[in-house]
Amino acid sequence: MSHESLSPDYVRRIAKLSRLSLTDEQVAQYGARMSAVLGYMNRLRELNLEGVEPMANVGGTTNRFDEDVPGPTLSNDALMKIAPDTMPPFVKVPKVLGEGGGA
Amino acid sequence: MTLRAATLSGSATDRVSAALKRAGEVEPKIHAFTQVFEERALACTSQPQSEGAGSRALAGIPIAIKDNLCLSWGKTTCASNILRNYESPYTATAVQKLIDAGAVIIGKTNLDEFAMGSSTEHSCFGPTFNPWDISRVPGGSSGGSAAAVAAGIVPLALGSDTGGSVRQPASHCGIVGVKPTYGRISRYGLVAYASSLDQIGTLTRTVEDAALALSVICGHDPLDTTSSQEPMPDLLASLDTPVDSLRLAVPRQARSDANHPEVARVFEETIATYKKLGATIVDVELPLLDHGIAAYYIVAPAEASSNLARFDGIRYGHRAKLAPGEDLFDLYCKTRSEGFGPEVQRRIMLGTHVLSSGYYDAYYNTALKVRRKIKQDFDRVFADCHAVLMPASPSPAFKVGEKTSDPLAMYLEDVYTVTINLAGLPAMSIPAGFASVEGKQLPVGVQIVSPAFDEARMLRIAQQFERATDWHARKPLI
Repeated sequence: MSHESLSPDYVRRIAKLSRLSLTDEQVAQYGARMSAVLGYMNRLRELNLEGVEPMANVGGTTNRFDEDVPGPTLSNDALMKIAPDTMPPFVKVPKVLGEGGGA
Repeated sequence: MTLRAATLSGSATDRVSAALKRAGEVEPKIHAFTQVFEERALACTSQPQSEGAGSRALAGIPIAIKDNLCLSWGKTTCASNILRNYESPYTATAVQKLIDAGAVIIGKTNLDEFAMGSSTEHSCFGPTFNPWDISRVPGGSSGGSAAAVAAGIVPLALGSDTGGSVRQPASHCGIVGVKPTYGRISRYGLVAYASSLDQIGTLTRTVEDAALALSVICGHDPLDTTSSQEPMPDLLASLDTPVDSLRLAVPRQARSDANHPEVARVFEETIATYKKLGATIVDVELPLLDHGIAAYYIVAPAEASSNLARFDGIRYGHRAKLAPGEDLFDLYCKTRSEGFGPEVQRRIMLGTHVLSSGYYDAYYNTALKVRRKIKQDFDRVFADCHAVLMPASPSPAFKVGEKTSDPLAMYLEDVYTVTINLAGLPAMSIPAGFASVEGKQLPVGVQIVSPAFDEARMLRIAQQFERATDWHARKPLI
């Protein structure tokens, strides 16, 4: 699974999963740069990682429970002010149902 | 002026006016700020001081904060077009603590977009320049904060450090940069890049100033469940204790041939100074130091791809205009492509790739295993030593534009800093000397790494070096 170069189609697929639309020029440029970086990462495969557990974070992994007491929260007005398009108390979005709505 | 000296001299109005005047003089040359709050900062100093709110340890001290920290006035841009006009409805906990202690925020500082970079060149507002040589970068991503302190505008600035973003710019700008243990400072209100690595840090002229600032901002916060409940000892109390009983580890891998010769020289001189101070130097192995970059640039983009999914043009930030017939999916894609710069787009895509089914085990899971091994390597060293000494960066500040076309070369800047974040340890960069490069004198930092939650001893080790040298007292002629 070497990544000498990611194919343009694959780069477009990753862009779509990332919710980015790229020009053909960007596909070529990003593909080349990502391929170089991924090639460098292959050095991790040289290591003997037999029996090593993955570590996603350094903090404690136990859950901490809080009392179920409501605290202060941001007002609807404050949030409406920063939304790009609103019909208070709602945020407006393009069509969600139907074709293309499954985004 | 140091923070300590500032608290003892003049009125709040004098101090804030002087900071704004200095900003006016040097800002056209270094471009450290995304915004300066001149009127508001001056108005703050004329208000009567409210009683009882915290220690007021920083009363009337002008400070700056990195523009990825939320503040309930001005804009919180992350140096990104997607948040260019974003006005945060709330203030980050660490920032609020500084305000409660009396600090006056004079402005927000420039950064690599979403803190992704090592040079402060990837900003939608353009680059920040190094006060020691304005043809060079200040380091990054907290380059604006480092430049503002180095240029003498403010005695304290906050930054954030995900893979070295406080320590490397501190090194390149000749100041003190501290990244405490993961969880020491609440991340509430710090715009997330890679949540398991992100930590707020301080940029100051002296070690004592760092200890003062950290005393104010550290501590548990119910609004950040990853913030630690570990008690914080008095950071100032032990600063003057000598280091002659301490064992300081020097990893063989940190004496790499890849280090710039001037960095290598400064590092060896620093080791010699610690020997003179009576510390015992212990040669150790950190076998995975060189693999840190590969692991980090898998873990960090993976977390970034998830964190940055929130910028979708719906609830806040930039929203693209749609052509007739375009739908919600187009809105997401257009908004994000217009709003994110190329480096951020590439890291999101890299993260999406390493998390995608088929590649998850080969990349992400492998990197997490390496992360554990890196942590175990440090644990092993700390079983026998009190701290680790390493360069902060393999080279002094490079030229603006020198590494922008080669992302891998830029990533390798972080070789000595990223492993610390992967292991969640506290570390700091202190001014340790100067590199003579092309007729210029460029600052070089050395990094001190401590066991988790042992910031007090780390600061003491730094303070004893500072006392024995005068590198921290030198200032750029700007």
